[in-house]
Amino acid sequence: MTIPHPAPETGPILGKLSMEALPLHEPILVATFIGVVLGGIAVLGLITKFRLWGYLWKDWFTTVDHKRIGIMYMILGLVMFLRGFADAIMMRLQQAMAFGGSEGYLTPHHYDQVFTAHGVIMIFFVAMPFITGLMNYVVPLQIGARDVSFPFLNNFSFWMTTAGAVLTMISLFVGEYAQTGWLAYPPLSGIAYSPNVGVDYYIWGLQIAGVGTTLSGINLIVTILKLRAPGMGLMKMPVFTWTSLCANILIVASFPILTATLVLLSLDRYVGTNFFTNDLGGSPMMYVNLIWIWGHPEVYILVLPLFGVFSEVTSTFSGKKLFGYTSMVYATICITILSYLVWLHHFFTMGSGASVNSFFGITTMVISIPTGAKLFNWLFTMYRGRIRFELPMMWTIAFMLTFVIGGMTGVLLAVPPADFVLHNSLFLIAHFHNVIIGGVLFGLFAAINYWWPKAFGYKLDVFWGKISFWCWVVGFWVAFTPLYILGLMGVTRRMRVFDDPSLQIWFVIAGIGALIVAAGIGAMLVQFAVSIWRRKELRDTTGGDPWDGRTLEWATSSPPPDYNFAFTPVIHDLDAWYDMKSRGHQRPTAGFRDIHMPSNTGTGMILSGFCLVMGFALVWHIWWLVALSFAATIVGAIYHTFNYKRDFDIPAATVTAVEDARTRQLAGA
Amino acid sequence: MSAKTITADAPVRFYDLDEHAHPEGHSTMLGFWIYLMSDCLIFAILFACYAVLGGSYAAGPSPKDLFDLKLIALNTAMLLFSSITYGFAVLQMQRGKVKGVQIWLAITGLFGLAFLGIELYEFHHLIEIGAGPQRSAFLSSFFTLVGTHGLHVTFGIVWLVTLMVQLSKRGLIAANKRRVMCLSMFWHFLDVVWIGVFTFVYLMGVLR
Repeated sequence: MTIPHPAPETGPILGKLSMEALPLHEPILVATFIGVVLGGIAVLGLITKFRLWGYLWKDWFTTVDHKRIGIMYMILGLVMFLRGFADAIMMRLQQAMAFGGSEGYLTPHHYDQVFTAHGVIMIFFVAMPFITGLMNYVVPLQIGARDVSFPFLNNFSFWMTTAGAVLTMISLFVGEYAQTGWLAYPPLSGIAYSPNVGVDYYIWGLQIAGVGTTLSGINLIVTILKLRAPGMGLMKMPVFTWTSLCANILIVASFPILTATLVLLSLDRYVGTNFFTNDLGGSPMMYVNLIWIWGHPEVYILVLPLFGVFSEVTSTFSGKKLFGYTSMVYATICITILSYLVWLHHFFTMGSGASVNSFFGITTMVISIPTGAKLFNWLFTMYRGRIRFELPMMWTIAFMLTFVIGGMTGVLLAVPPADFVLHNSLFLIAHFHNVIIGGVLFGLFAAINYWWPKAFGYKLDVFWGKISFWCWVVGFWVAFTPLYILGLMGVTRRMRVFDDPSLQIWFVIAGIGALIVAAGIGAMLVQFAVSIWRRKELRDTTGGDPWDGRTLEWATSSPPPDYNFAFTPVIHDLDAWYDMKSRGHQRPTAGFRDIHMPSNTGTGMILSGFCLVMGFALVWHIWWLVALSFAATIVGAIYHTFNYKRDFDIPAATVTAVEDARTRQLAGA
Repeated sequence: MSAKTITADAPVRFYDLDEHAHPEGHSTMLGFWIYLMSDCLIFAILFACYAVLGGSYAAGPSPKDLFDLKLIALNTAMLLFSSITYGFAVLQMQRGKVKGVQIWLAITGLFGLAFLGIELYEFHHLIEIGAGPQRSAFLSSFFTLVGTHGLHVTFGIVWLVTLMVQLSKRGLIAANKRRVMCLSMFWHFLDVVWIGVFTFVYLMGVLR
């Protein structure tokens, strides 16, 4: 194998960093850099011009309000989604071009970074922030809480995730990213075959973000267990809260494994240990096992909360109680447990033998049973319901149709002999995009359309929403059906050039599909812009319950006040808000009291900033800066523990004023 | 609740009109427990690695050639004593005696430092005789498992010193009591992990 650039010398001041690190010889990167700089200057200029810095700092960056943090997570996910999708388009273009002796337009060194970055960004910095943001926003409202259990930790988790994303983005312009594929298998990711900084960017970006993910997982578990409104037993929790609980349990039970595994990889790279090396007793296969013991639960972390979303949406827009609530909960728990017993199906070809492969093949197939139960529950919820085909419901139906196909190709791949043929082929690529786009992304779009009026007080534009919907659904199938076909023909993943000209047409079709998806993304951005522009016309006039919802988040105003609920609701039944509405509850309009709330703090952002600097210094072996930023992180964290005054009271007068305004609004409605 | 009923049904209470804020730190202990379990998983992975790679000597030294059980027994004693003394600190806290808590915390810290000193001496010795973490997969996993435990103890000592300063400034207020209990869980957790290390790495290593 050829190594494009020899490892640079390490200096005492700048470590491995030098002018060589700037990719001035890559015109695509230079143009992107110029675009980012100009765009960045424009944004910063506008913020300065409209004097928004104080507002951003006080109301957003330092906030401990779970709703604002949730929205910031969603924005992070959206921004990173555009980057991850740009990578996707580049790959599709390269593969559609590189036939008949053509090398395409990407060098191997660049192409390998693009497919690695695409996978890493889409999973860690798009899907994870999206679902964390969603859970952050919705869960406390659904259980009738005022905030999460550890509000400061929540802010810190967000900024750690952002710091990881920023470090990953820096690699675009300073140095390089990993060329190893998104899971960085050794020995390729070891120092012998990846001597440059790409894998180090990978490691530290994920480690920093991983701290945030683990802490936010702990935070949400404790919130759900400890802060539910009186009367809400576990079996009266909304399904979204249930699936979030299970997803967060999976986070806490799997992200430490990723952390440990990446620590071992970094020890191999930095200290010269032999965990995953080819010599001195190391075992690269152990890395593959460890990373998938994290990696398989990870896909359920992503999809479980969206199963919850589909349950809420189906029930609301069918105007019926969810069919089989109890079976839905137990199916979720089954999936949670089973997700730990299937990891080896990602590498049947490793050679574990027939017995081991059979075990993991069977456990994998078994997962389709609780998942199938869920699907039937949704169908039976719709059965004889008065279905309203609003955007969230449309996305849900698109999910059902798409995800079922993805699930079936998954069962196909779970058969070890079939997997020996399809392993690492484009069939696999088509399969997991089928479940991740069809399950996770469609679910997110359903969720965004569903809860946007809750977060901002006005609905999203339907016209552009429908355009986006059709472009996405059609584009998805045009883009990925060819990959199924190519995979069955034996084409492997991560190829940069092709010899067989008969394959080209399929890649061209897939490229066209990607362009249709791009139109869908564009339409979605237009949908957001148009909705913000026309927010007065789209305003929700029902006082916070535009869809005739069933769960507690619809009981409060839109957007909810800082304290969520002036009086904590008391729960008597599943679908608490529906119960309250149908039994003629009276919203209390007097007797408000002071409400105890956590105070904002900038500590989370500052500590994450130190960690970002430390990550950068570790990547480039700038040891003095590593020591300095590490010390700053520790000292900063200790300094924070000396602050005992972390909360304040919202005076009853303020609460009364806010609630009186709502009383007038409800009377006018 | 009002006694007047308009319909036959008793009025249902849908809002808690007489609620009180959750007491400060009401779920810290649960959160800390869950954090400890996540930390436990990191150790589980390191133990698993040791189980897989612990026999890969790469023609280098094996546990029998390297481990000095007497030294490790002394080291283990240091950590076990520190757990007992931490227990005494908690007992003093329950009696409301700041001074007593401080003294026992200081003794706990000293035992912790003694443990770290012995561990560093052992590491230094191993590296000096050419049995460093780069020598074989066995030694890589040994140094990482034991070293990660040592790093945790180091962090625990930093926390302990911080807590002593906070106790001297504010005394046994609720927040500080909670912190004493959290560090207590952390410290005993490290003890439990060490018993695993002592048994699986050192004792079984020498017996093997």
